[in-house]
Amino acid sequence: MPTKPGASSNGWHGQSEPRGVPVGVFMPCDSCGATLFRKQVERNLNVCPECSHHFTVTAHERILQLLDTDTFEEWFADLRPGDPLGFNDRRPYPDRVKAEQERTGLTEAAVVGQGFIKGLRLVFGVTDSGFIMGSMGSVVGEKLTRAIEEATKQQLPIIIVSGSGGGARMHEGIYSLMQMAKVSSALARHHAAGGLYVSVLTNPTMGGVAASFASLGDIILAEPKALVGFAGPKVIAQTVRVRLPEGFQTSEFLLEHGFVDKIVLRKDLRSMLAQLIDYVTP
Amino acid sequence: MSSPKQDRLPFEKPIYEMEEQLAEMEAQYAHRKDVADPQASEQIRILRRQLAELKRLIYTNIEPWDRVKVSRHRNRPQSRDYINLIFDDFVEIHGDRAIGDDRAIVTGFARLEDQKVLFVGHQKGRTLSERTTCNFGCAHPEGYRKALAKMKLAAKFGLPIVSFIDTPGAYPGIAAEERGQAAIIAENLMAMSMLNTPIVCVVIGEGGSGGALGIGIGDRVGMMEHAYYSVISPEGCATILWKTAEKAPLAASALRMIAPDLLRMGIIDGIVEEPLGGAHRDHRQAANSLKSFLVKSFRDIAAQPRESLLELRYQKFRKIGVFEEGVVAAPVIAEDVPTPVVLG
Ligand SMILES: [Zn+2]
Repeated sequence: MPTKPGASSNGWHGQSEPRGVPVGVFMPCDSCGATLFRKQVERNLNVCPECSHHFTVTAHERILQLLDTDTFEEWFADLRPGDPLGFNDRRPYPDRVKAEQERTGLTEAAVVGQGFIKGLRLVFGVTDSGFIMGSMGSVVGEKLTRAIEEATKQQLPIIIVSGSGGGARMHEGIYSLMQMAKVSSALARHHAAGGLYVSVLTNPTMGGVAASFASLGDIILAEPKALVGFAGPKVIAQTVRVRLPEGFQTSEFLLEHGFVDKIVLRKDLRSMLAQLIDYVTP
Repeated sequence: MSSPKQDRLPFEKPIYEMEEQLAEMEAQYAHRKDVADPQASEQIRILRRQLAELKRLIYTNIEPWDRVKVSRHRNRPQSRDYINLIFDDFVEIHGDRAIGDDRAIVTGFARLEDQKVLFVGHQKGRTLSERTTCNFGCAHPEGYRKALAKMKLAAKFGLPIVSFIDTPGAYPGIAAEERGQAAIIAENLMAMSMLNTPIVCVVIGEGGSGGALGIGIGDRVGMMEHAYYSVISPEGCATILWKTAEKAPLAASALRMIAPDLLRMGIIDGIVEEPLGGAHRDHRQAANSLKSFLVKSFRDIAAQPRESLLELRYQKFRKIGVFEEGVVAAPVIAEDVPTPVVLG
């Protein structure tokens, strides 16, 4: 499911649009500027072969990369957003949702279900930063909560891969904010029941997503150089009126300040997840 | 309570004009008190009635954006005002035992009538020096950590918790990110859902996003009549959607962030009525309504089976969300806001 260039959606906290991988034979690397063969980048898990820059990947690709082949079974796929506020900025929210659904092939920003990693059954959730900035509205909150509850009930580990430049989805107003409470409460019960939760932070993980489930893992992994934080860098720059330090709000910054357990290259993520789950499973 | 001219809200201009007129008339009358003047006293009585009517008229037709301005009014009662007016024997306790003592959040023991409670609340400050000390009510991670540490203490010894929310948002700064603003707020959401003691939260002024929610998980959530509670500030929303903060009034309406909307949407359990013309006009009266709400809320929680406290708290947040499921149905369209139920 490649992302078409030029498709617009709303920013949040002033975040820039995640570009995904533009369609075409060649593509430039955002980071080193090299002109790359698209096919070669795709074969390399959407990582730049020159500089190891990790491009954003879709929920679908993430599932293919991390889970055992053909083991993913999607849950709650029929959940679709409502329009509780009758929200209309430059276009009505339902139209925006419809356009995003057509552009991405997803019904919402989160995909959850069960699958296997190296033969181990687990619950898996991922947010796609290409769908309205990967922001959390009622559907994302509900899908993740149900997935967590299911993991608790079936005594399975849960992995959630976060990608959200959008945090809480402003088009659904207070309902979005309350999803943070809902998902976090479900995780509290999962932890209390002795369940394992591994959170994987990918570029970008911001705002209300960072300030809820993404930060609540027993183990928190991050892909290199992902943007992760509470407030958007633009908002911070406007507030403090000084230049932000180099590498501010990156995975490496979080590691240095003690909020991430480990930075893992995409090519190693699957085996690292398997190894870590094995360590804490009897 | 009279306000310096710079604190006057534009939409309240007719109220201030009539108040001045009344004050003038009263001064004149007081001057000639030795002479009985039934006509003048009758005029004063009429004007007082007209003033009350004018306040009622202006405040019942108040726009969401004007409510936001009322919620931010400098003379609006803040946590420390309410501590003095509602509680007895307040003992402040400080610090998060790790980084420092964030003055944007006040914590301490207090008595609510005959009940011992733990108080947690944002504090914005009123004078410039207070506001600077309190960082305008924008807490850092140590503020949220302090709040959680004291709430855990309360749970350990069975004290109910009162949480007053009044913040434009958690502080967006370099140090706040370095010390894990996102992680600490997340931790609070998770931990508060499991604190085994009654919690009543009230948005007393600004309910700004994650910074508000960070001390906002409870068994009852109330809002002062002119408070707001939102996923994003109206200015922030306007800047993103319409590329200018000047569209904030539009955003304030679109986000449905005022108390009557949130009650209808099932996000809050009650609205605390403010004195006519807003809490900034009469702190004591505002405090009295708020106190009644707290007492009633704790009484209602006490009437529930104690062992179902956490389950009911879980379900309270669990059920929030609007979505479609199953077969494709007609889209959900928000209706107009009906008259809200107002609790005293
Ligand atoms: Zn590169």
